[in-house]
Amino acid sequence: MKTKRRASSVLLGALALIMLITGCSQPGSHSASSPSGGSSETSTASADASMGTGGSAVGFIFVGTKDDYGYNQAAYLGSVAVEEAYPDLKVLRAENVPETAEAERVMEQMIKDGAKIIFPTSYGHLEPALNVAKRHPDVVFFHQGGLKTANNVGTYFGTIWEPVYLAGVAAGKMSKTGKLGYIVSVPIPQVLLNVNAFTLGARSVNPDATTSVVFTGSWCDPGQQANATNSLIDGSVDVLSLHQDCMKTVIETAERRGVMTVGYHADASSLAPNGWITGSLWNWPELFVEMVKTAQDGQFKGSKFDGKYRGTLADNVVQLGSFGANVPADVVQYVEDQKKALLEGTLLPFKGPVKDQSGGVRIAEGETPTVEQLEGSDYLVEGVIGSIPK
Amino acid sequence: MILADILTGAIRSGTSVMLASQGELVSERAGVINLGTEGSMLGGALGGFAVTVWTGNPWLGALAGGLCGLLIASIHAFLVLSCGANQLATGLTIMFFGMGVTAFFGRGFVSEQIVGFNPVALPLLSDIPFLGPILFNHDPLTYLSILLVPLLWFVIFRTRIGIMLRTAGEREEVLFASGINAKLVRYLAVLAGGFLAGIGGAQLSIAYTHAWVENMTAGRGVVAVALVIFASWKPARAMLGAYLFGAAQALQLTVQQQGYAISPFFLFMAPYLLTLLALLIVERRKSSRTPEALGKVFAGEGSG
Repeated sequence: MKTKRRASSVLLGALALIMLITGCSQPGSHSASSPSGGSSETSTASADASMGTGGSAVGFIFVGTKDDYGYNQAAYLGSVAVEEAYPDLKVLRAENVPETAEAERVMEQMIKDGAKIIFPTSYGHLEPALNVAKRHPDVVFFHQGGLKTANNVGTYFGTIWEPVYLAGVAAGKMSKTGKLGYIVSVPIPQVLLNVNAFTLGARSVNPDATTSVVFTGSWCDPGQQANATNSLIDGSVDVLSLHQDCMKTVIETAERRGVMTVGYHADASSLAPNGWITGSLWNWPELFVEMVKTAQDGQFKGSKFDGKYRGTLADNVVQLGSFGANVPADVVQYVEDQKKALLEGTLLPFKGPVKDQSGGVRIAEGETPTVEQLEGSDYLVEGVIGSIPK
Repeated sequence: MILADILTGAIRSGTSVMLASQGELVSERAGVINLGTEGSMLGGALGGFAVTVWTGNPWLGALAGGLCGLLIASIHAFLVLSCGANQLATGLTIMFFGMGVTAFFGRGFVSEQIVGFNPVALPLLSDIPFLGPILFNHDPLTYLSILLVPLLWFVIFRTRIGIMLRTAGEREEVLFASGINAKLVRYLAVLAGGFLAGIGGAQLSIAYTHAWVENMTAGRGVVAVALVIFASWKPARAMLGAYLFGAAQALQLTVQQQGYAISPFFLFMAPYLLTLLALLIVERRKSSRTPEALGKVFAGEGSG
C-alpha cells in the first residue's frame, strides 16, 4: 500500500508540474480564446499596403533543430538565404518550438523584437500562428504546409508528392521482394498523400508491390525509428522510405542490414553509400526570398502568397534527389523519363481510377484531382498495408 | 518467425530500459527513489555520443556516458542525502534539468555521425536454431547488460556489500551500530544507479540508434523506475519487465504491419498499458517487498 500512495503522489506531482509549465507558457492566450467575432475588421486598403512592411526583423520558428538532416534543415537553409538577401533585416530564429501555446509566446516575442514577417514552419504551428495573427493584423505570416489561411496568414508548400511518386517508381524498380516499407509519424493528409504517391509510383512498374506503413507517433524518436526499421526489415521489406523530421537512424540502420533506402527532406546519400536509391527534397531559398520581398514591398495582399501557394517540381520548389551509386543506369533513365513526362504534364500520378485499401474508388476513371483535393487525403491507396488511426 | 522477430525486438528496444532499471534497483535497494533516471539516461546518451564523436572509440563513449549519468545522479544524491530534500520532488526536478541541460549542450551533435557499436553475431551460439538469432546477434553493450543481471543478483544477495546496501534501505540504524556510514552507502548506491542509467542512455545513442537528438529517451527512464516496483526489487524480474516493455513495442509495430484495423494510437499506449497492468497485478498479489526506508527523507546518522 505504501508504494501505491507513493505512486499516486508521484502522479499528483507530475500533474502539478505540467499545469505549472503550461500555465506559464500562455501569456496573452486569454485574448486567443475569445471568439473571432471580437476582432475588428482591418482589411482596408491602407492597412493592406502596410501589412508586413517596415519591420526590422524576420522571424522563423522551427519544430526541431536546424541540422537534423531533414525538414528543419531545409527550412533553415531558406532562412539563411533571406539573411543573405536582406542584410539589413535581422533574422530571428527559434528552434525546438513545440506545436503548442509555447509557439504563440515565441511569435509574440519576435513581433516585440521588430518582426513584421514570420515563418511558422511546422504543420502544428498553424493554430498558434492564426491566434497571433488575429492580434497583430499588421504582421504577415507565411505558414509552411497549412490548410487554413487568414487575412494576414498565407500558407506555402510544395507538391512534394511529385518527387515522392518518382522515388516510388525507382523503389518499385529496385525492390526484389516487391515489399516496401514506409515509416511515418502521425496520420495527417501530407503524410498519407506521400505514402499514396510512393505506392502508386512503385505499382506503376510493379503492380504487385505493396507498401507496409508504420506509424511511430513522433516526428523524431530515434529509438522508435530503430524499432520500426528493424521490425519492417524482419518483415522482409527490402526498400525503406520515411516521412520523419530526422532520418539518420533509419537510413543507417537499413544500410547496416543491407536494405535500400529512399530519403525525404534532404540528401542523406552519404549515410548509405550502398543502399541509397534517391530522395525527395525541398528547395526553399529562392521562394523564401521572394516571399519576404513581396511582403516587404507591401504587395502581400492579392499576391500568389496570399492564400495557399504550392510550388511544384516545375517551379523547382521540390526536387528529386541524386541517385545512389548502385542504381543501374536503365533505372535512372526510366525515372528521368517519367520525370520529364511529369514536367510536361503527360504523366499525372493521381489520374483516376485510384482505389483505396478496401477497393473503393476514390478518384474516378479519367479524373485528375486538384492540389486541394490531394491535400485533403484521408485514405490509403490499394497496395498499402496498415491502417489509419480513426 | 514473427515470434522470433518480436523476441529479438524485445531485447533490442528493451536493453536501454533494462540497464536503467538495474541502476534504479540498486539505488532503491539503498532506500533512494531516483525519478531523475530519465535525466541520467539523457546525460549518458549525450555524453556517450559526444565522446564517441571526439575519440571514435565507443568503449570510451560508453564509459563517458556512465560518468555523465553518474554526474546527474550526484545532484540528486546531494540534495536528497545531504540537504534532506524530498526524493520525489527532487527526482522530478532532476529529470527536467537533464532534459534541458542535454538539449542545450547537445545542439551541435545532432548532425554528427558515428560508427559506434554494431551487432556482433557470436560464432556458433548465433547458429543455434530459434534462440541463436534472438540472443546472440546484438551489440557488445547488450551482451554486457545481460551478464550484468546475474552479477548484480550475486552482489546484492550473496556478498557483504549487498548486505550493506540492503540494510541501508531497510534499517540504517543497524549499519550505524556496526560502524558503517549509511549515508555513504546510499551515496554510492545512487551514483552506481546513475552510472548504469547513463550506460543505458549511451546504449541508445551509440549502439542502437547512432544518433543524438534532444529528449531522445522519450520517457524510457520513467518506465525504468516503474519497472523496479514491478520487479519487486529483483534484478532478474527487472530484466524480464524491461524485455516485456520492449516486446510490447515490437509487437505493436508488427501488428501495424499485419494491417489489422487497430488504431496505431491505441498501439502506442500498449507498452505503457502493459507495464501498468503488470504493476497492478504485482501490487494485488502483495508479493512486493518494499525496502522499508524507501523514499523516506534521510534523517542522518543513527536517528532512524
